[in-house]
Amino acid sequence: MTKQHANWSPYDNNGGTCVAIAGSDYCVIAADTRMSTGYSILSRDYSKIHKLADKAVLSSSGFQADVKALQKVLKSRHLIYQHQHNKQMSCPAMAQLLSNTLYFKRFFPYYAFNVLGGLDEEGKGCVFTYDAVGSYERVGYGAQGSGSTLIMPFLDNQLKSPSPLLLPKQDSNTPLSEAEAVDLVKTVFASATERDIYTGDKLEIMILKADGIKTELMDLRKD
Amino acid sequence: MFRNQYDTDVTTWSPTGRLFQVEYAMEAVKQGSAAIGLRSRSHVVLACVNKAQSELSSHQRKIFKVDDHIGVAIAGLTADGRVLSRYMRSESINHSFTYESPLSVGRLVVRLADKAQVCTQRSWKRPYGVGLLVGGLDESGAHLYYNCPSGNYFEYQAFAIGSRSQAAKTYLERRYESFQESSREDLIKDAIMAIRETLQGETLKSSLCTVSVLGVEEPFHFLDQESIQKVIDTFEKVPEEEEDAGEGEAEPEAALVAAGTGEQGGSGDQDVAPMEM
Repeated sequence: MTKQHANWSPYDNNGGTCVAIAGSDYCVIAADTRMSTGYSILSRDYSKIHKLADKAVLSSSGFQADVKALQKVLKSRHLIYQHQHNKQMSCPAMAQLLSNTLYFKRFFPYYAFNVLGGLDEEGKGCVFTYDAVGSYERVGYGAQGSGSTLIMPFLDNQLKSPSPLLLPKQDSNTPLSEAEAVDLVKTVFASATERDIYTGDKLEIMILKADGIKTELMDLRKD
Repeated sequence: MFRNQYDTDVTTWSPTGRLFQVEYAMEAVKQGSAAIGLRSRSHVVLACVNKAQSELSSHQRKIFKVDDHIGVAIAGLTADGRVLSRYMRSESINHSFTYESPLSVGRLVVRLADKAQVCTQRSWKRPYGVGLLVGGLDESGAHLYYNCPSGNYFEYQAFAIGSRSQAAKTYLERRYESFQESSREDLIKDAIMAIRETLQGETLKSSLCTVSVLGVEEPFHFLDQESIQKVIDTFEKVPEEEEDAGEGEAEPEAALVAAGTGEQGGSGDQDVAPMEM
């Protein structure tokens, strides 16, 4: 007697890729704007990036209905925090809140693959990468979504610090400038678009700095 | 106030059909320091007097942001006011979450009033001892409401509550007809002038009052001390010496208390129930 399987799934995958890179005093968060289901395109102009607080921006791929619900919960929780503490939530605080919110639904998870980017309390860029149930880690750069497997190895190649065990002793990385980071993001997305059918149309880049947020839009291949 | 045998319990009616506990709760509002609200077609201004317990302490917060489009000023038991503000914030957030749109002021005050009414009909509860001036902006325009401990609420063009609010009300009664079409700046000026009326003699300084504004394309926020002082300077032509001596002025504390007790409308032995309007 084989186990009966559901003929309906509560989840769908709307595709897309999200990337974030942390700098010394900035953070770059980028995502494509294609929303798909199966082999069809639902929208060429759907933003996967959402500002949660002045210094914390969330980018999520996966099931966008769950992503939307998750964003709403975080937005309400942030409002409550502001009423109680009279200030905005810091990025590390938001990171913990996101983790707790995801784990809260451990047994019916939000199908959302998140990358949280922002500035920490010292003003340095920070990126947090998550799984669907809230396991998270602060990293220097991260990628999630359908194109992440194509992008992550390249980011490792360019940004990962050389191992201190290697001989001869190699220089630790020189800090990445904002222009270099944006350029890198554009390059990886252009490459991922070539081979991942779920990534393309447009690239939305948000650059978070102490004085504010800048948004840039770049065209990607539409096929 | 006479001590009656029907005033121990909120669930006991008096022979004349009054609930004395509720009326006593309204008295608590009159004891608090003044709070004033005014509205125009597009803006609502809430202002209050900063009264500190002693020279050593800071003053209590009497104006709270409920949402970008709603603010509340309280008078009476500030602890009760704080709790009700938290309730209002929660209602506003939940409404926004469910309906993706801001909560109408009218809906909020009804919920607040119903919550207050519950406390007038439970033997194990007591009425909230705080009056709330709820000001907000929604699709139907700018609104100002007053919520009583009795569970009643009324809409106003302008209103003042708390101690010596009668002086402010007299000022507002003279000027209210112009408020609807007032500019934002004039509305703020009127609010500060109304505050000045409640101070009755004490020099008006920006440190003595808190002013908040909300309006079309202007989310709720407090005015900073310099902006308030600038408005005061436009009508208070006080010579330099008097302003400096303002801190050390021996304003008789007795005068403040005496003016407060003269406030009371319906006394215990009159037949008119003050709640009924």
